Amino acid sequence: MTTPDLAVPPGSQQYEGASLEARDIRMRFGPVEVLRGADLAAQAGEVVCIVGPSGSGKSTLLRCLNGLETRTSGDVLLGGEDTSAMDINLLRQRIGMVFQHFNLFPHKTALQNITLALCNVKKIPKDRAAGIALQRLRDVGLADRAGHRPTQLSGGQQQRVAIARALAMEPQVMLFDEVTSALDPELVKGVLRLMADLARGGMTMIVVTHEMGFARQVADRVVFMDAGVVVESGPPEQIFDAPRSPRLKKFLSQVL
Amino acid sequence: MNDLLNNFFDWQLIRQVLPDLLTYGLRNTLVLAVSSALLGSVIGMMLAIMGLSHRRWLRLPARVYTDVFRGLPAALTILIVGEGVFSAQISWLASPYPVAVLAMSLMAGAYIGEIFRSGIQSVEKGQGEACRALGLTHGQALRLVVVPQGVRRVLPAMVNQFIGIIKDSSLVYFLGLVTTQRELFRIGQDDAVTAGNLSPLLATGLCYLLLTVPLTHLVNYIDRRLREGSRPVVTAEEPSPVEPKEALA
Repeated sequence: MTTPDLAVPPGSQQYEGASLEARDIRMRFGPVEVLRGADLAAQAGEVVCIVGPSGSGKSTLLRCLNGLETRTSGDVLLGGEDTSAMDINLLRQRIGMVFQHFNLFPHKTALQNITLALCNVKKIPKDRAAGIALQRLRDVGLADRAGHRPTQLSGGQQQRVAIARALAMEPQVMLFDEVTSALDPELVKGVLRLMADLARGGMTMIVVTHEMGFARQVADRVVFMDAGVVVESGPPEQIFDAPRSPRLKKFLSQVL
Repeated sequence: MNDLLNNFFDWQLIRQVLPDLLTYGLRNTLVLAVSSALLGSVIGMMLAIMGLSHRRWLRLPARVYTDVFRGLPAALTILIVGEGVFSAQISWLASPYPVAVLAMSLMAGAYIGEIFRSGIQSVEKGQGEACRALGLTHGQALRLVVVPQGVRRVLPAMVNQFIGIIKDSSLVYFLGLVTTQRELFRIGQDDAVTAGNLSPLLATGLCYLLLTVPLTHLVNYIDRRLREGSRPVVTAEEPSPVEPKEALA
């Protein structure tokens, strides 16, 4: 376990996570009801993993939390505060997101990927933004890649830059949307280790994942979704070792 | 046979016309083409952004504009716009040059708008989403991330468009040009008519090729660069410490 990609520095960083709650989220794409009343709650500093078959609405639920998808109905509360009246761009500064395909800006260096939002959203002067960006890159073990463009980085490194980019905005909650699904198997571990560090640092995290090992080890709570609703949720031991619903039992028998 | 050859390759006539072509002819053609391309790009960018808007009242005018100016022959547009502007008797638009540039920009804008639009649309949806997730506004996402990537991708098409503009600039003579206002085509045509020989036009053709052939190769070069640029240039294993200042530049 000493390949460079896994050599993530110890998570000394502390984060100010806030609670996030979603109540009765419904959403429809034309005639299709993708979410049929989904609930989700993460206390400050908690890690909630969402698992379930593809097409179950996991990613859509996650994207409803920061408004990338527009919900038909339901409430999202951040730090106990209703978000529907908040300015969407201010809300998104408080909720970081990491994507399956990284979505780094290919025409910018790793450092510029991070400074872009710092300069243009938070209006931080360029040199100070560069300092913050470099610090965040250091946190994810990539300070020496600051001047590289995304195409010059491995998938795992790109995803770690994407995480650094989200963290630089000092969010109170981080959303992860199948962030290791597009990675080569040997690069997955470095990203998961980094996420575990964040969790230890007190970040509130909502993680849509197929990595059952990660969910079992890191999650405070696991939520199983199917067909647009939360079928079962609880601590990982309960979900993985004592599943109650037949649908969860069937799902686990397929993935484990 | 000899007559035919003489009609095209009268070196005496070619030598006579070349100084005019290479001095003010080339310059005038470039002035017309470059200003039209610049103004056309501004119009095109506006059309592209309007065409991609969620608002129908922005999309619709862009669509109509594009259909009209892409659907008319260049000669007709130059004449209609030219005579129209002249008849309005606006003093600073009384010379054929601003009018010609206006007419050509209006046409080029319609094509360039479609080029920009396709480029912007080809940028992955995730790029805009990543911006929005960071708290950037829709406008900032377009300006800082989506448009710069889209424009880069359509550079080859833009150079092709510029070649088209260079060729279309030959139609400006419709608007009436005094001697030193003449561009490549008009100079060649005048000399050809005076001499009753096609050699000056041949020389003119060579001047156009002097401009367009290098540009065609530039297209191929950019195209190759863009395609190969998507591959890693520096391997990820290679350490290359970069100062933050440098990386920001």
